[in-house]
Amino acid sequence: MDWGSILSNTASWLISPETIAYALAALGLAVHFGYGGLLNFGMAAFMALGAYGYAISILTFGLPWWAGIIVGCLASVVFALILGIPTLRLRADYLAITTIAAAEIVRLLFTTQVFDKVTNSADGLGNYHAGFRAANPFPEGTYGFGPWTYNENGWWVRVFGICLLAVAVLLVWLLMRSPWGRVLKGIREDEDAVRALGKNVFAYKMQALMVGGVFGALGGVVFALPSAVVPSVYVTSLTFFIWTILLLGGAATVFGPLLGAVIFWVIMGFLSNVLPELASSGVLPFMSTTQAATLRYILVGLALMLIVIFRPQGILGNKKELTFVK
Amino acid sequence: MSSSNAAPLRPVKSTGLHIGDAAPGVAKVDPIIIADNVTRQFGGLKAVDVEHLEIPRNAITALIGPNGAGKTTLFNLLTGFDKPDTGTWVFDGAQLNGVPAFKVARMGQVRTFQLTKALGLLTVLENMKLGSQKQKGEGIFASLIKPLWNKQEEEIEERALDILARFKLDTKKDDFAASLSGGQRKLLEMARALMSQPKLVMLDEPMAGVNPALTQSLLEHILDLKTQGMSVLFVEHDMQMVRHIADWVVVMAEGRVVAEGPPEDVMQNPAVIDAYLGSHQDVDLGVVTGRVAGEITPEVEELLEEIDAETGVDHAIDQPTAAAPEKDEDIK
Amino acid sequence: MSLTHSAHAPRLKRTLLLFLGFLFAALLLQTVSATSARADEVGTEYEFYFAGNVKYDSEPLEGVTIFVEGNGYEAEVDTAADGKWKIGVPEKGTYTVTLNEETLPEGVIVAEGSASVEAEIKLTNSKIVNYFLGEGVRETTSFWDQLAERIVNGLNFGLLLALAAVGASLVFGTTGLSNFAHGEMVTFGAVMAYVFANVLQWPLWSALVAAVIVSALFGFTLDTGLWKPLRRKGIGIVQVMIVSIGLSLLIRYVFLYFIGGGTYQLPGAGEARITLFGTVALSVTDMVSMGVSVVVLLAVAWWLLRTRTGKATRAISDNPSLAAASGIDVDKVIRTVWILAAALAGLAGILWAYFRPGIKWDMGTQILLLVFGAIVLGGLGTAFGALIGAIIVGLLVEVSTLWIPSDIKYVGALVVLIGVLLVKPQGLLGRKERIG
Repeated sequence: MDWGSILSNTASWLISPETIAYALAALGLAVHFGYGGLLNFGMAAFMALGAYGYAISILTFGLPWWAGIIVGCLASVVFALILGIPTLRLRADYLAITTIAAAEIVRLLFTTQVFDKVTNSADGLGNYHAGFRAANPFPEGTYGFGPWTYNENGWWVRVFGICLLAVAVLLVWLLMRSPWGRVLKGIREDEDAVRALGKNVFAYKMQALMVGGVFGALGGVVFALPSAVVPSVYVTSLTFFIWTILLLGGAATVFGPLLGAVIFWVIMGFLSNVLPELASSGVLPFMSTTQAATLRYILVGLALMLIVIFRPQGILGNKKELTFVK
Repeated sequence: MSSSNAAPLRPVKSTGLHIGDAAPGVAKVDPIIIADNVTRQFGGLKAVDVEHLEIPRNAITALIGPNGAGKTTLFNLLTGFDKPDTGTWVFDGAQLNGVPAFKVARMGQVRTFQLTKALGLLTVLENMKLGSQKQKGEGIFASLIKPLWNKQEEEIEERALDILARFKLDTKKDDFAASLSGGQRKLLEMARALMSQPKLVMLDEPMAGVNPALTQSLLEHILDLKTQGMSVLFVEHDMQMVRHIADWVVVMAEGRVVAEGPPEDVMQNPAVIDAYLGSHQDVDLGVVTGRVAGEITPEVEELLEEIDAETGVDHAIDQPTAAAPEKDEDIK
Repeated sequence: MSLTHSAHAPRLKRTLLLFLGFLFAALLLQTVSATSARADEVGTEYEFYFAGNVKYDSEPLEGVTIFVEGNGYEAEVDTAADGKWKIGVPEKGTYTVTLNEETLPEGVIVAEGSASVEAEIKLTNSKIVNYFLGEGVRETTSFWDQLAERIVNGLNFGLLLALAAVGASLVFGTTGLSNFAHGEMVTFGAVMAYVFANVLQWPLWSALVAAVIVSALFGFTLDTGLWKPLRRKGIGIVQVMIVSIGLSLLIRYVFLYFIGGGTYQLPGAGEARITLFGTVALSVTDMVSMGVSVVVLLAVAWWLLRTRTGKATRAISDNPSLAAASGIDVDKVIRTVWILAAALAGLAGILWAYFRPGIKWDMGTQILLLVFGAIVLGGLGTAFGALIGAIIVGLLVEVSTLWIPSDIKYVGALVVLIGVLLVKPQGLLGRKERIG
């Protein structure tokens, strides 16, 4: 086994676009669930809207790349409105069921043949990179060292993604230290009590749903920037991976989602290299390399269960400030 | 009778609140709430059916009645937490029916809950600050820029600490509310309500589950509200407490107002005795539940035995810290 | 920990399944680079495909719609200017390839044979399907005949959905848990049926009965090994819900691990249909499936209304603390409910495997949302509401294909779910919640 290349492949996940994208989405989920107590199981849809909003704006409407990002965010805001108006007044589990159903609707609508001209149905969209790459400040060439060696486009995506993430983290920090964040946390604890104190609970929940949704959309954009937009990515499993990341890092923390995403992808990257190697070298008998690759998803499910049962506050969370109050 | 030694405080009772005879629906000199024809049906059960009710301003009004009388439902309706089938009511000159709960609170009618709703994972101080109205920093855009709300935040903190000191919770200001005792949470909930500078404070069973050591201080705080110019409406089961502090008593049974008047008069009303007090009207329920220290008279013992027989719970009178059982009067 | 139990039964035949898994191994790791396909080609990421050339009088016809369906996969494409079309499919097997006659020019029909043909990709990676077009008047099925056909199909689907939904609803009622792993419990039944009937070659009936029994055992194992300890630990309901999500991921990928990404058919799937009346044709399997669903649902209803445990179940749904205080052994009832729910889900999985047709590792995620939809539609926590909700959802899904393309038929049902929440959040049979 070539441990050198395994470790190098693993290390490259540290700042991969996927890691950044998942961290952004998990941060959005932290606003929803960690601070607001909203059970959003439709994060995949927010990401899909960001990614498709970006790609379709460029390919179909010929908008510049930055306008594509704005369109993606607006789409997620509209989605939050559609989702929130019927459900935010209801009990928490209704939101859970509705969001997961709505996410599936969004995915099916992007997959169907009906809108093939715009969405290219199951094959998805690609070749929208020209505008973003033209705005690249990095001159052509390969930079970096060790596992972190990329060409100018690779670096541009990563740097841009990290900047978005940094702004998002700053925004969440500013929001949560303010009276606005105090109201939101109060709603998480008991919305009737907050209502009795004269706060418009519905408006706060809606704002939180939108803010978190925009972060999710930005995650989708970062996910789409380097490669393509394929509808089969935005399944419920994606949402559940984001939940795993959030709960791993700490739901009601600013840096938890970031840490969770890094750990998640580094471990996944490591396992995707190591497990098939182990299987093919006979260390894991009775296992094909394909099965070895599947094994890591089984481990994700197991990890999610164990985290929620034994350390619900996550790595960075305060033990007293558990987020599961209901 | 053993009530006198339980009450060192001698509250100044407001009198002359009503016009005419003290009958259900009697007009008040200066009402803060006027409700008309308020009904609420749950399935086949009419939980609330109030024809006319006026709550006097700058007075302490007690809402009493047996379990299932519709007191909490009426509370929920008046505060916008539940929607009535019919009815209108006016609070301080403003029509309130159909107004959502948070707007009701903004108008100065603030409530507490029977099952205390302290926001457990916020600190005591954060709980208090949440109660303050018209905060600039509660707007999503303004919240991002601290200079916009910093000054107001400092004022709010000062006021919060002031009220906390009055409620003797100032030493706990940085603790999570979840770590407080049941009675302290009741105090916190009341203190938090005061942060919104209300005109009418509505307390749903403020004494339920409160350690007797805190009872006295809670009573004083309620009386204090009146001296500060606020009106109080509270639901309570403890007749003795009602007698001590209420200026006016409204009695409900089976959704209706069956009697109202000054406490001494209401206690004599046969309809009330029949509906609520049963055969034990001369027993101090405060003593029975262990909230008020008092002489264990033969009548008290008799009642306790009766309760023990019914519930199978052994009431230890010498350990009054045992919280009164949560009363589940919700109509399911 | 109970976590390994889910893999317990498949492990019996691990080697054989491994071999199969290796053969059929399809990968979910989507490294699909977006090859921007032309309008006349879909599914180009797959290595197997159907193709053809639509011509009339040696002239190519453009814009004729071809539809491929089978093995749980469906796709459609319009022919290009040269009359050519190509549809990729994920695996070998028999598919129904249909030419939509409505997209042909006026007066042109499929002259020889049917517009809908069964085509099989067996030895090679592709199959050419051509149609012989001629002049003629199209025989169209009337709207009412189509409607009748869809309604019968919808009833069939709704009934099997009800099996899953009633179980999930009972679990919600007694434990308050929206069980996200319920879809995997459905898949479990189907996979077990596959193991007994195809792998172990048991006689069909005994294999299906065994699959339901093993499903029930699965439910018992989950309750004893996971849910009960969590209840004991006093873990909050949201936490348990997320545990069920982790469990759902875990089981789902365990299925993928053992059976791979392919679609498998149970014996007797896709058999000939018998015309009953008009255009309504049902296979024997369909009829048996509907019969079994009705009998089992009636049995469950009887159990809920007449037996002691059934009444206790409803009492707990109504008011858990009161039920516990009145001497009902809540833990025992909840265990019974888990066993029942798992058995019903397993049965639903088998019937669904025939209805789709096909067994696939992630089939449960599809039905989970419809189950949730049915439960919300009927009113959270009411078993009879779930029953009615499921039948409505089943009808809705099938009948809506009269107007909307079949690849978004689930969208209609899910949109209705959100609509119901807007108008009557307590569902059809639910009660209004009280605050305070």
